[in-house]
Amino acid sequence: MPKRKRLKRPRLFIFLCLSPWIFGMVGFTLYPMIASFYQSFTKFNLIDSPKWVGLQNYHRMFFQDPLFWKALRNTMWISAISIPLRIAFAIFAAWILTKPKRGTNFYRTIFFLPSMVPAVAGTMVFAYIFNPAYGPVNRGLQAIGIKNPPFWFMDPHWSKWGLIILGLWGIGDTMIIFLAGLLDVPRTLYEAASLEGATAWQSFRYVTFPMITPVIFFSGVTGVIGSFQYFTQAYVASGQVNDYSHSMYFYATHIYHEAFQAYDMGYASALAWVLLVITLFFTAIILQTQKRWVHYPNGSLFK
Amino acid sequence: MRQKLTGTESQHYLDALAAKRKKKVNAFLHAVAQHAVLISLSAVFLLPLFLVTVISLMNHGQAQTRSLWPHPFVWHNYLAVFTAVPFIKWTLNTMFVAALSTIGTVISSVPPAYVLSRLQWRGRGITFIIILSTMMLPGQVTMIPVYIIFAKLHWIPSFLPLIVPAFFADAFSIFLLRQFFVSIPDEISDAARIDGCGEFKLMMRIIVPLAKPAIMAIALFSFLGSWDNFFGPLLYVVENPNLWTLGIGLNAFQGLHHVEANMMMTASVLFMAPVIILFFFAQKVFIEGITLTGVKG
Repeated sequence: MPKRKRLKRPRLFIFLCLSPWIFGMVGFTLYPMIASFYQSFTKFNLIDSPKWVGLQNYHRMFFQDPLFWKALRNTMWISAISIPLRIAFAIFAAWILTKPKRGTNFYRTIFFLPSMVPAVAGTMVFAYIFNPAYGPVNRGLQAIGIKNPPFWFMDPHWSKWGLIILGLWGIGDTMIIFLAGLLDVPRTLYEAASLEGATAWQSFRYVTFPMITPVIFFSGVTGVIGSFQYFTQAYVASGQVNDYSHSMYFYATHIYHEAFQAYDMGYASALAWVLLVITLFFTAIILQTQKRWVHYPNGSLFK
Repeated sequence: MRQKLTGTESQHYLDALAAKRKKKVNAFLHAVAQHAVLISLSAVFLLPLFLVTVISLMNHGQAQTRSLWPHPFVWHNYLAVFTAVPFIKWTLNTMFVAALSTIGTVISSVPPAYVLSRLQWRGRGITFIIILSTMMLPGQVTMIPVYIIFAKLHWIPSFLPLIVPAFFADAFSIFLLRQFFVSIPDEISDAARIDGCGEFKLMMRIIVPLAKPAIMAIALFSFLGSWDNFFGPLLYVVENPNLWTLGIGLNAFQGLHHVEANMMMTASVLFMAPVIILFFFAQKVFIEGITLTGVKG
């Protein structure tokens, strides 16, 4: 009897349960993707209906828009530095957390706390403490003998470093994922390594590191996707100073300006599609290389 | 107890004792080194929070100087900030949006996660993969047409574009819930079904209560995500100052010349305080939630 009930039960129920996601998927993802792809070949300013212009938006992007290249270069630069740095720092913070016998939870709370701070508030705080005239950071640097500390957000050569440090401060959530990964490494592996006479570095390099490669892989992918959408901190920080040289002008900033300041929706859509292609390209590279360096103890992530 | 030891025996005994002591000293030195590193890192993480609190208590003149300690302590800043800017209105706006989008996310994400993990059906695998891939999709690709839809509905400026999408399920929340749901043994469902329990009742009465930690986690994440959201309000409410959220308000407020640095820091402290307090109460939920979404088979 339960068998027959089982047969007629699910269909409608499954559909009803999935319906919020299905409608959301169609209305907020599928249709907008198609629409923005179409709009990327049009001139469109919200008021008049879109006018087909062929590849003109793409041509303009690659050949006539120096700000596109500036934004792209800035984004690539900060990604290339901050993604590896964030991963390395998160691993270090998580690793040192696994060491002491007592107090781990206490330190973990402190390390995690800054990642809770809202982006706008965190950026405003950093803009103040990195202020070259009265900020405590440069005061501290002078106290330890650095005569001409950088002007941070006010200096185009240093502003991105300010943003990178701000990002490292909020490393907490990435660190927690690494911490879980480190705690998952079986103790017996370390014992075996130490019986073989491995040094601390060797046991990290040949035991810990391979075991956390899936987490590194995961943070690499999410890091690439996230850094091409990097917006809020740069927007708030550049509002604090006059960023004439566009040193904090990133790809997502450019899209925002073209779409919602210039109301050039067609061009902004083209920028967005190029963003998608670039993100997919880098994600594909990481995916391609994963066989060589990512170690899955229980088979693949998507079993 | 002590027996008389021969020369070599006593030498052995002393060696063993020395080795043991050395080991103890080594372990102690190790622990000291570890805690030294941990304490200095903690100081680095806490320093910005400490500094912002200190500056928020200075008077305007002092905040523009190089001094590091408030003299005098201007506790009055924490009252003045409420009259300097419409802080209460911004807070209420932010809370309103965050509360409704949290409710929307929870009620619309639980059912899809349930059928993706607790029932077998054709197309389940592919549906899950589609959900995962929408998580990877950069928001910029869909942002402009979505903005146009809301503009045509005359929903800009209003809170609706910030709240309504939350009622259409969130891929990340579905993923997190699904990870938790699959860990609940199937026998529980089977037993309930044999007793004639309907699927909806089974979900609401049995699985949802068991998944409380995961549901708490997605509720917290969506509340925080909304509290922290700057880009959404920048698109949808910035034109009407009555609708400003804390992030928008504070950012606008920093551009104004008459606004003082110490007040900015006071406002920042008040902006981050609720989240930090929330974290202290719900730390376990957070950390387990993040761990659940990490790479775990």
